[in-house]
Amino acid sequence: MLTILFDGVAYGMLLFVLASGLSVTLGLMNFINLAHGAFAMVGGYVTALLMNRAGVPFLVTLPAAFLIPAILGVVLERTLYRRLYGASPLDQVLFTIGLVLMAMPIADFFLGDEPQQVNLPAWLSGSMTVHGVGISLYRLFIVAVCGVIAALLQIFLVRTRFGAQLRAAVDDTRVADGLGINVDRIFAVAFAVGSGLAGLGGALAADVVGGIDPSFPVKFLVTFLIVVTIGGANGILGALFGALLLGVLDVAGKYYIPSVGGFIIYAVMVVTLVLRPQGLFARGDGR
Amino acid sequence: MSATQPTAATRRLEAHLHRRARWRWPEIIFWVAVLTTIVAIPSRAALINEILIAGLFALSLDLILGLTGIVSLGQAAFFGLGAYAAAILASKGFSDPTLGLLFGAAVAAVLGLATAPLLLRGGDLTRLMVTLGVSLMLGELANRNGWLTGGADGLNFSMGKVLGLFPIGFAGQRNAALYSFAVLFILFAFARRLAQSPFGLALAAIRENRLRAGALGIATSRRIVAIYTVSAAYAGAAGALLAETTQIVSLDLFDFHRSADVMLMLIIGGAGYLYGGIIGAAVFIVLRDVISAATPEYWEFWIGALLVALVLIGRERIHDFAVRAASSLAPKAAREDAA
Repeated sequence: MLTILFDGVAYGMLLFVLASGLSVTLGLMNFINLAHGAFAMVGGYVTALLMNRAGVPFLVTLPAAFLIPAILGVVLERTLYRRLYGASPLDQVLFTIGLVLMAMPIADFFLGDEPQQVNLPAWLSGSMTVHGVGISLYRLFIVAVCGVIAALLQIFLVRTRFGAQLRAAVDDTRVADGLGINVDRIFAVAFAVGSGLAGLGGALAADVVGGIDPSFPVKFLVTFLIVVTIGGANGILGALFGALLLGVLDVAGKYYIPSVGGFIIYAVMVVTLVLRPQGLFARGDGR
Repeated sequence: MSATQPTAATRRLEAHLHRRARWRWPEIIFWVAVLTTIVAIPSRAALINEILIAGLFALSLDLILGLTGIVSLGQAAFFGLGAYAAAILASKGFSDPTLGLLFGAAVAAVLGLATAPLLLRGGDLTRLMVTLGVSLMLGELANRNGWLTGGADGLNFSMGKVLGLFPIGFAGQRNAALYSFAVLFILFAFARRLAQSPFGLALAAIRENRLRAGALGIATSRRIVAIYTVSAAYAGAAGALLAETTQIVSLDLFDFHRSADVMLMLIIGGAGYLYGGIIGAAVFIVLRDVISAATPEYWEFWIGALLVALVLIGRERIHDFAVRAASSLAPKAAREDAA
């Protein structure tokens, strides 16, 4: 029972890191970024390739798994994404689906369709028992890392000057611009953070999902979207609670009632959105 | 009421609606060309059949997206449901295709009616997610209820002859394509009539500005539920057609990529004028056929690139260009239309 709860929390935390970047781009910046999974895939590949081909230790690869997708994110944001900030949701969906469709064959072309495995270092691959509850060390590591990321992100967005500028720029771009806030730069940085977090999530998730392969952006696309829409689009804490709720429900559901499988989380999402279209933890009225 | 005493204004409006409703010669040429293609190239009948079915599926999306402005990423729910309904009916011994088609469309329409109220709240993102969620739930249900659906193995069944005369399936690929053509044409004509009726005008008003349409006295919620149900029936019919002409159904009918593909087809062809879905389906499937013959793994890349280019150039700009090109080709029809 406690093991399931812990696995659920660990899975939820993983979902959170994967989706937290999306809650920045989709949640804060209101950009329906279906290509989020592609950035996560890049992060996963960075870690897997650095470890397998260059022999870099796992922990050292993680900053690279953040930075490379972040840089890629800035480049794409400056060249392509920024043209669509004011576009209709349909255009954003089409554009980002197009990016995903391009990203998958590119990955396939250069790296093949075999999943790239991330081999965990020895100190992370065992498990320990606390009061009769079996806890996998890697899951514990994920929970710790994700907790830190959630705290940092929350402080970053709520307490810092940059966070305030970002929220101002999103709420009313023109007024923020008029007040002397460099909106372009703010959006570029926020987008980079979102993409970087996606990459980090992809790197951490690689082991749990059985390796990174070219279909990764589509396989988990729906899950990311569910986390962010359930959590409510405006806030990191909402996404965190949404991710934990989904993680626990999904793991518990698959354990206790295996016959329904993934049905539970889809049903939870639909019911949530019907009752609260702005998400469970949204404040005020959404759009 | 003013209906009893037609004024000059209402008569002019009536004349305008009649003119709009008339079939123009490019449309007639279009349908004759499609029919000729089926008869002329029997070796590619299977591909043409696929295009016709995809075209009907894209038409179903056009009814809600193009006419009404309701976005959906879950059209596969109705497509898959229609296919499975027809397949299950056939596997129970009722193998008449027409019956299966009606049954598939009816079952999908019921689901559409039941889920339409979910679309009335929230913004576009909520709609995208709810429709996607419904299709994923159905896929999961089909997966878990193998006693009825065959689960991951899919369902194989045999089909009777259309109207008791024409065998379809592997023995009669061309018959299958002709059958799909007939269904597509009838349903298209109905959709065309619908779009030009007062009901269709109300949908256009909702698309342009739902709040204002409501203020003008249009019951927007009821109109949306109605068109969503019709759209679901169309998608169900398309699914049933696919099931009947290939005589196999499998779980991938509910997949996310089905919903995404059909949206791509509609966008490639252009939404809102009903022909877009059919043209887009033809472009999409022929492109896939040609590109994947050259590089089987990477055709998605080119579709993705096309999509990114379409959005960046701007769909409106391309549409305007097409309209201008068409009006320079057919000045008389265009002038009438603009009047």
